[in-house]
Amino acid sequence: MNPVIEEFPLLLQGVAVTLQISVLVIISGSIFGLFGGLGLLYGPSWLRALLRGYVDIVRGLPLLITIFIIFYIPPALDIEVSGFAAVTVALSIFAGAHISEIVRGAVASVSRGQNDAAKALGLTFWPRIWNVILPQALPAIIPPWTNTAVEMVKGSSLAYLVSVSELLFQTYKVVGRTGAAMPLYIAAALLYFAINLALSRAGVLLERRIRYTT
Amino acid sequence: MFGLNWDSLWRHREEFLSGLALGLKLALIGLALACVIGLLVAFARTSRHQWLRIPAASYVEFIRNIPLLLILFFLYFGVPMWAFSVLPRGLADILVLDGENTTIVALAIYGGAYLAEVFRAGILGVGRAFIEAGRSLGLSGLQIARYVTLPIMVRTVLPSLGNTFISLFKDTSLAMAIAVPELTFVTRKFVTDTFQFIQAWTVAGVLYLVTTYALAALLRFLERRIRWTV
Amino acid sequence: MTDTHTQPDHAATPAFPGTGHPMVRIEDVHKRYGNLEVLKGINLEVESGEVVCIIGASGSGKTTLLRCINFLETYESGRIYVDNELVGYRERDGRLIPAREKDIARVRAETAMVFQQFNLFPHMTALANVAFGPIKVRSVARDEANRKARELLARVGLSDKADIYPVQLSGGQQQRVAIARALAMEPKVMLFDEVTSALDPELVGEVLAVMEDLAASHGVTMIVVTHEMMFAREAADRVVFMDDGIIVEEGRPEEIIGNPRSNRLRAFLRRFHTA
Repeated sequence: MNPVIEEFPLLLQGVAVTLQISVLVIISGSIFGLFGGLGLLYGPSWLRALLRGYVDIVRGLPLLITIFIIFYIPPALDIEVSGFAAVTVALSIFAGAHISEIVRGAVASVSRGQNDAAKALGLTFWPRIWNVILPQALPAIIPPWTNTAVEMVKGSSLAYLVSVSELLFQTYKVVGRTGAAMPLYIAAALLYFAINLALSRAGVLLERRIRYTT
Repeated sequence: MFGLNWDSLWRHREEFLSGLALGLKLALIGLALACVIGLLVAFARTSRHQWLRIPAASYVEFIRNIPLLLILFFLYFGVPMWAFSVLPRGLADILVLDGENTTIVALAIYGGAYLAEVFRAGILGVGRAFIEAGRSLGLSGLQIARYVTLPIMVRTVLPSLGNTFISLFKDTSLAMAIAVPELTFVTRKFVTDTFQFIQAWTVAGVLYLVTTYALAALLRFLERRIRWTV
Repeated sequence: MTDTHTQPDHAATPAFPGTGHPMVRIEDVHKRYGNLEVLKGINLEVESGEVVCIIGASGSGKTTLLRCINFLETYESGRIYVDNELVGYRERDGRLIPAREKDIARVRAETAMVFQQFNLFPHMTALANVAFGPIKVRSVARDEANRKARELLARVGLSDKADIYPVQLSGGQQQRVAIARALAMEPKVMLFDEVTSALDPELVGEVLAVMEDLAASHGVTMIVVTHEMMFAREAADRVVFMDDGIIVEEGRPEEIIGNPRSNRLRAFLRRFHTA
């Protein structure tokens, strides 16, 4: 257990980077996903086709390939990309695709009559979405969204492969130095577990709060 | 085409395609093992004995919340280091697996946790009537599991099984981190040798997309056929 | 008896204090869904304050026509005017081009609709449902909107249900809240789309009572698509019978329901056993 306690601060540095990536990704992915989902349902046909293509391609590729594409291709076009940027952008695109599908499904399940009633009162598109449609779609969005958030925290571990010092990379480096593989990998696993458990719990609490007011 | 040189890539096409095939193979074997683990864990989770239920539930919760890459590292780096310092030589050797086998085991453990949930829902979805009919015929618990629950479950579980397979296939790309020559590894090696980023990653992307699309289409076809026969 | 389109009897139609033009003008409107033409040339004028009931079998196009008036459905040719404003389109060189979103919204704010499925917003209380339109569309202050909403809920007999959520209300109560929600917009025209068809029989009466009350006051133009012949007979100034996308007969309730001229209308009314 000793090496774990000694090296814990280093592991925590890794956790900090993991959290940075995760938070950025979850926020931007959710924004992409919200507009993506609405675009898939309500957009003009060219936008729907574009979004459909984007979602299907991103979901059909391994996450790692998306990261490598964003990491390697821009330099070929003379654009500098850091490992951190590549991972964050790739994960955001990935999360955006998944959340788009989630939002699309949830909003489509809100009955048409609700949209009719809001239109009949004289509301334009965005006020309808914000005040009537989204509040009713939220209960169906939150559980799968929480799932996606957990997948993104796990996905941040792939940053190791573009040399970003998030938790997994830190653990690997410390193991290399101290040789205490078992306890350190187990500690890392427990740290990921703790983060994701907290995330899932937060999702459940959010669900409960929404349901109370719905 | 597009002012890029595609010759190098074309010359290496066999490597790329073998990498793709290797990924499929690893995913298939991994899925098979994951099914075994998943079934066992699922039955444990729905059993009447608490000493089975709690470890099974913990396994599922834990594995589903940690990265696959971590599991891979744990098995490839962690286990051998620990084994050689703690276990006698002969025993330790067994636990040191090569890259491919480590990947298969990792996929089995990871996939097993997800499949355990799928199978659990499938088991619970089998109507009590059928199970009671089996019991009234005098079948033992094990026989009921094998002749009643399982066949009924297969149809409801098939779509998730197929999707898990596609997922695991995409996850094989992580094996590049432990030098397994599947498609992503081959592509990256080609890129570091030739610097032909665009050609290489485009082709890799297209290969993955075509494969996952074909697998999904195959899955839909199978689902429809099963519906006709049951 | 032949199927003829009978003209409204102008002498019998009460003179409404008006704006000089009909509140709703529908001129030769055609609409199709794909290959199917559901409105085959509708001509109808509704005066301000008039109560018009539209009856007909399902598939006759009556609900579609209603939904065209507030542009929940588009129409291909013809014109619909609410208070002299063209609905859903702008006119350019005699052709129709789609209107801007805010113009459509503006016309919709002047018309209010009550739906067969109520469509109350489930995530808001009854009070919030009623106050919602004025707050968001007419920019009324929240306190003022809530105060008016309470008055309206009292008017439909639900003042004690203000802070209740729709899921806890019966169908009849929900529909009355929906009527209050429509009234809150102080509309020029109220559109009722078979509002009692989804209700259990014992709840229909409370909703019809509110509607009869509204009709008697003649304060707002009402266009009511309904199967309730008793209501049409008692409360309507004019009844319009539609079948297969056209208006077959229209006139005073006693004439249309009591003394149908066309075969189609007689066959239709036979189902309701009204003599």
